[in-house]
Amino acid sequence: MSTDILLSAKNLSVRFGGVLAVNNVSFDVKQGEVFTLIGPNGAGKTTVFNLISRIYTPTSGEIDYLGPQGMIKLTDKPPQDVASLGIARTFQNIELFEHASVLHNLLIGRHTHRASNLWQDLFFTSAAREAELKSREKAEEVIEFLGLQHYRDSFVAGLPYGVRKVVEMARALCTEPKMLLLDEPSSGLNVEETDDMAFWIQDIKNELGITVLMVEHDMTLVSKVSDRVVALNQGEVLAMGTPREVQTDPGVIEAYLGTVDDVSSLRRQSPVAREAA
Amino acid sequence: MRFIFKTDYAQDIHLAKHGGHIFWYSTLVALLVAAPWLIPEYWLAQATFVLIYGIAGLGLMLLAGFTGQFSLGHAAFLGVGAYTQAYLTHIGMPFPLALLCAMGLSALLGVVIGVPALRLKGIYLGMATLSFGFILEEVFARWESVTGGNAGIRIGKPDMFGWVLDTGDAFYWLCLVIAIVSTLGILNLLRSPTGRAFVAIRDSEISAQSMGIHLAYYKTLSFSISAALAGVAGALYAHNLQFISPDQFNLLQSIDLLLMIVIGGLGSVHGVFLGSIFLITLPQGISAVKEFLPEFIGQAPGLKSAIYGVVLIAFVLFEPMGLYGRWLKVRTYLQMFPFYRKGMFKRQKSFQKSDRLK
Repeated sequence: MSTDILLSAKNLSVRFGGVLAVNNVSFDVKQGEVFTLIGPNGAGKTTVFNLISRIYTPTSGEIDYLGPQGMIKLTDKPPQDVASLGIARTFQNIELFEHASVLHNLLIGRHTHRASNLWQDLFFTSAAREAELKSREKAEEVIEFLGLQHYRDSFVAGLPYGVRKVVEMARALCTEPKMLLLDEPSSGLNVEETDDMAFWIQDIKNELGITVLMVEHDMTLVSKVSDRVVALNQGEVLAMGTPREVQTDPGVIEAYLGTVDDVSSLRRQSPVAREAA
Repeated sequence: MRFIFKTDYAQDIHLAKHGGHIFWYSTLVALLVAAPWLIPEYWLAQATFVLIYGIAGLGLMLLAGFTGQFSLGHAAFLGVGAYTQAYLTHIGMPFPLALLCAMGLSALLGVVIGVPALRLKGIYLGMATLSFGFILEEVFARWESVTGGNAGIRIGKPDMFGWVLDTGDAFYWLCLVIAIVSTLGILNLLRSPTGRAFVAIRDSEISAQSMGIHLAYYKTLSFSISAALAGVAGALYAHNLQFISPDQFNLLQSIDLLLMIVIGGLGSVHGVFLGSIFLITLPQGISAVKEFLPEFIGQAPGLKSAIYGVVLIAFVLFEPMGLYGRWLKVRTYLQMFPFYRKGMFKRQKSFQKSDRLK
């Protein structure tokens, strides 16, 4: 793992009306690591994702990203350029192209690498045909990597949830990203599928050399695959470090479980203690 | 049953997926080419209309069925094509050049309406295109020096650099060639990155965007291709009727076009032509059975519109995939005989019901 910084968020803040969804968040993602955002619901994890994929624009702060031409300010780029800079993402509630086959979905993922223009497409010239075959080969590599051969020609609308989750990841991989944003990769998956997901994330990191930034609630998965973790609560950074460090951080425990006082007030008093009082 | 054994990626790219396709589509084309000798003149004229509406429908299908942008003002593009053609042939331009101009001007107008439409979705886009249709209808009526106003304008037979297509047969072949070329163009687009980008926008804009698809560019492109095809259809329509007036390009025409692709089956190229056949033959069917109905129904005004409405409602309720969807079921039944199950297409249907509105 190199120590080069791939993406660096500096003092990010987003305000939606009166809600400060992300408040002064800064973090660096190093090349080739798995970096995880954790935090209770509404902590602003997905908002951070949407900032990176430029669906939202930060109220203040900026994101720097090491693009093909050196460090650039990601916050100046329009959303459709993010993919060609090498950032691909998945969505929490699966946003696949429902009325198309799995293969078709993956080929749409190849869009940033399109080699034919409109007129070549319209007449389907030999150049367009070549380009098609080439992107098909790339899509097949991803199918092979994630073991989706069986579902290649099935329509997404009829697939089980677990498979769709994998298809969405496959589609993101088809863009040949440098950085993959996974929004809750294990949500809705059973234990076995979650294990598979952990292996895949490790493979993506080790074999494909792709940096992974993910939001995840399943702490087993998080500690299995993450190199570093940042915990958010109410839009602010609580703790950052290795999974173990963050899990034992008192601030993080407090955010998830409440303080010791809170808990004791909820505890039922035993009848003996009550009599004694 | 047919099992396609795939050994090459190119097999998924070919338009004809197996020998059956080649055989049946060649037969269809041969029959269509031979139609002038096979069917009476009256039905040939109807077939010409089917082709013209089919060309306009291809455009609207690309826009509504594949890009997911509904247009309630498509007759306006038809009108622009028709009036451009009428005006340019009047000043002596040969047919092919005038046709290209009609196509180009419609496409340009498609861009103009496409740009403000980028910010609108669903019903609001419908309203914007609807008002666009009204504005152009008014322009056709008021710009008398060019359009001849409400009195209409006459237009001659297509003149190909001195070779005048003055028979119904020749005009039918002209329409057939243009329809086949447009269909192949659309099919090519749909199997290439451009067409996939359209489908991506239809199914999920947010994820299309994060795959690097420039929403504004592709939506505008879809609008302009769609308008260009409507313009071509309009030009042919004008030559076919030899007389155009603003009321031929009103809201009802736009709705007819939309009805056509919905009944044909949204999201299928076959559906365009099935819908077009339906749209042209239904009035014939109605007038055929009219005499046998009791007078208060048979002679009632608005009978045609009422039947159209009922048919549309029936399709939306019972066969949302349109005529093409019905054909798919029939075909599957025949292919799998006797193993067809009633619930085979159920999954898609229940999915459609639960699909949230996007």
